[in-house]
Amino acid sequence: MDGIMSKNNSEYLIERNDNIYEVVIGLEVHAQVTSNSKLFSPSSTKFGAEPNTQVSLVDAAFPGMLPVINEYCVKQAIKTGIGLKAKINNKSVFDRKNYFYADLPQGYQISQYKYPIVGEGNVILDMPEGQKQVGIERLHLEQDAGKSIHDVDSSNTLVDLNRSGVALMEIVSKPDLRSPDEVNAYIKKLRSIMRYLGTCDGNMQEGSLRADVNVSVRIKGSTDLGTRCEIKNVNSIKFMQMAIIFEANRQVDLIEEGEEIDQETRLFDTKKNETRSMRSKEDAHDYRYFPDPDLLPLEVTDEFINQVKSEIPELPDDKKKRFIDEFKVSPYEATILVSDIDTAKYFEEVVAKMGKNRDMKLAVNWITGELFAALNNKNIEIAQTPISAKNLAKLINLIKNGTISGKIAKTIFELMLDGDIDPQIIVEEKGLKQESDPKALEALIDKIINDNREKAIEYKQGKEKLFGFFVGQAMKASAGKANPQLINEILKKKL
Amino acid sequence: MTEITSLSLFELIENIKEKKISSNEVAKSFVDRSEKSKKLNAYVTENFENCLKLSKEFDNKPNFDLKLPGIPIAVKDLFCTNEVRTTAGSNILNNFVPSYESTVTQNIWNEGGILLGKLNCDEFAMGSSNETSFFGNVQNPIAKDLVPGGSSGGSSSALAANLTPVTIGTDTGGSIRQPASFTGTVGLKPTYGSCSRYGIVAFASSLDQAGPMSKDVKDSSILLEVISSFDKKDSTSIDFKRNNYSSELTRNIKGIKIGIPKEYRVDGMPDEIEKLWKKGIEYAKDCGAEIIDISLPHTSYALPTYYIVAPAEASSNLARYDGVKYGLRSSGESLIDMYEKTRSEGFGEEVKRRIMIGTYVLSSGYYDAYYLKAQKVRQLIKQDFDQAYNKVDAILTPSTPSSAFKIGEKSNDPVSMYLNDIFTVPVNLAGLPGISIPAGTDKNNYPLGLQIIGKPFDEQTVLNVAYSMEEKINYKNNITDWWME
Repeated sequence: MDGIMSKNNSEYLIERNDNIYEVVIGLEVHAQVTSNSKLFSPSSTKFGAEPNTQVSLVDAAFPGMLPVINEYCVKQAIKTGIGLKAKINNKSVFDRKNYFYADLPQGYQISQYKYPIVGEGNVILDMPEGQKQVGIERLHLEQDAGKSIHDVDSSNTLVDLNRSGVALMEIVSKPDLRSPDEVNAYIKKLRSIMRYLGTCDGNMQEGSLRADVNVSVRIKGSTDLGTRCEIKNVNSIKFMQMAIIFEANRQVDLIEEGEEIDQETRLFDTKKNETRSMRSKEDAHDYRYFPDPDLLPLEVTDEFINQVKSEIPELPDDKKKRFIDEFKVSPYEATILVSDIDTAKYFEEVVAKMGKNRDMKLAVNWITGELFAALNNKNIEIAQTPISAKNLAKLINLIKNGTISGKIAKTIFELMLDGDIDPQIIVEEKGLKQESDPKALEALIDKIINDNREKAIEYKQGKEKLFGFFVGQAMKASAGKANPQLINEILKKKL
Repeated sequence: MTEITSLSLFELIENIKEKKISSNEVAKSFVDRSEKSKKLNAYVTENFENCLKLSKEFDNKPNFDLKLPGIPIAVKDLFCTNEVRTTAGSNILNNFVPSYESTVTQNIWNEGGILLGKLNCDEFAMGSSNETSFFGNVQNPIAKDLVPGGSSGGSSSALAANLTPVTIGTDTGGSIRQPASFTGTVGLKPTYGSCSRYGIVAFASSLDQAGPMSKDVKDSSILLEVISSFDKKDSTSIDFKRNNYSSELTRNIKGIKIGIPKEYRVDGMPDEIEKLWKKGIEYAKDCGAEIIDISLPHTSYALPTYYIVAPAEASSNLARYDGVKYGLRSSGESLIDMYEKTRSEGFGEEVKRRIMIGTYVLSSGYYDAYYLKAQKVRQLIKQDFDQAYNKVDAILTPSTPSSAFKIGEKSNDPVSMYLNDIFTVPVNLAGLPGISIPAGTDKNNYPLGLQIIGKPFDEQTVLNVAYSMEEKINYKNNITDWWME
């Protein structure tokens, strides 16, 4: 049987003619450093400005202009390195990567080649079948190029240099990833760590996070690496996954047909869902790397590194551990809560506002259930949530102390979505307080039993399903305000 | 009274300060003489009208506390000057007008200097005779059809011909000292990192250094004091304590140890150079210096090392001249075609040759054998000097292996042209300060220079030795004004 088989959720294997192949993936992620100014010039990095309005003489490579390193970007790279549990190198070197292109004003990109600022580290992925460690080869700083615009003027290419010189971190993984699912988890984890650190906003729509994807295949169980192809500049997780699936299958097909795989650079065509050859190894650019003589080797002292270390906030893995220990949430829930820094912050704020008599289960359920669904509907991030943590905590406490039922709470939640209204006020104004007076409820239930005598007899004769009917009637008669627990008790007694 | 244009910078400053002459009179004199000296082809761009206007403004509101009070100065056309065309001697920058000012020239204007014009030079400072300039040959005022040296050939010519009281050049492998030697003038290349490279059209970033050129040593000390500054805009600029070079200038060099490197006695060196050097040693002794024989064992590797490192950096530095953003753009069918046409038409032969060499030595497969090896040799050359400076305070050598040659004589023989730099190049590779002072003449009565090399950041000793020897040598240029109209 030909096709894709899978032993568990995140493994990706390809079977052809009784051969089982696995895919080997390494990523070079380009993450834009969060910084107000560029890597070697004071120009602004703000996204979406008018073309060529954020360009200094240095960015446009005017004669005699010289780069001066932005210390903040160096700090951001070190921070990220620490977040990746990586070695920070006291000495690193900026090199020139030479090639001609219209949107590369200097005729070279300043990058780090032999001596990157950050060395080996690792990232832990939470996969359904357990944790997986992915090795980081290195992280280095480099300049972004400008943007060539080919579709505005029919006879000319236009160039926008706003992005020229913006600081990027290139994070190179080891070839440790084995499936599109792991790639998804890896990118999300990297993004999460950098967002916790405030070193990259991870905004893929704005191009703050892009990746070159290296793909090779091999017979499962083999330890040799196959010939790899590099798929350039993919800017969404979905496209990365599609590109990997196409590319892995293409390579397996070639091998099965007895052909060689050429080491080459390929492009992913998102419209046709296929990868295409861009250039072969023979045509590969000779970038003529050499140390940039305009810049001295970058030296960072241990004191500086320790200073940066002391500014590192709690990162997702530690936060997860703490949530499990301190709040007794499940590992699965903890993973969801810490995956995004804003979610984690929101959760902790809700917990804090709930006070002493807090109900973690309710908090987790309301955030990952109702709130996530509402945000999803509105297509917004938790940072833009219409319901403040304070008011959600109040709502949860109203449920917890029996003032309202879960059902009423949902109604109130809907109302809160329009302007972060205090749920207490909604309860009072709309008279939604739960009916918990046993006498009143007894009277209400007596009436219902009276009105449905036949059903009550059927129930007594053993038709136990009818119990739900009576609960429903009671809730309906009380306009949903009856305390469901009391209703249950009274009904059991009376029937 | 002597003609204004033949006064030294120091004399001009004194005269202006004592209100014996006005800035405008000085400016007028140099402008007039420059107007009559077009045959030298020293200027690429004249700034005469503006200079006269600014000199009047200075006279109306003089500030005699400045170090260059109302002094007109022409500069090499490698320094970017705000609103004044800057070509680097190249067709590719023929129409380029910067909107910014180099730090070195800004320092001059801040001290009261006034831009007189932009001086011819070899294209992107690549040359030793000023013959590679897109704007044509420059005549050496010493004799007709003699090269003024290079790459700061317009500067040396204008200076020797009294078209500017002092000037500034840049020196990557000898481009200040060799033309100074060829024209009987003084040229100082400071320690790498002394003068900011910000706003100077780059040739080879790890070697380029701006420096003063003048008629005597004292003037160089005055100008160095103005142009040498720490600059955050240049990451290779060095924050060291700079002397008050002119006020600390002294002829008392008694007991100073001067090294004579045996490796500079190269095969085929003309007798007159050998004689000049010996004479120099005697002068140094007369000044009270102690002469010590030293060895700089890796000297013979300096020239090949230089001709790997400099073209490598140049090939990358000149990539920005692509027709996209500024400068010359030739039309082409595609981006690549436009690049090829622009750079083919924009660059001259010597520049293309060096781009090719540089591209080659950086190519994968050749990088280790050439560029990396050259960098290692460069370290050894530096170490040679470090070790020598354990024993001596300064080193005395000839500036060049010959006097000025005829225009066209070496232009088809790049290697013999490159040999001109044999004594100056090691100084750039080691990042040291070096000065060339006129010390005698050859059989044709063409000037010959001696070079004094100092320890890093010790420009003061270099200047003091030169100042002291200058008095003993008592060299006078014999210039006939043959070119005057």
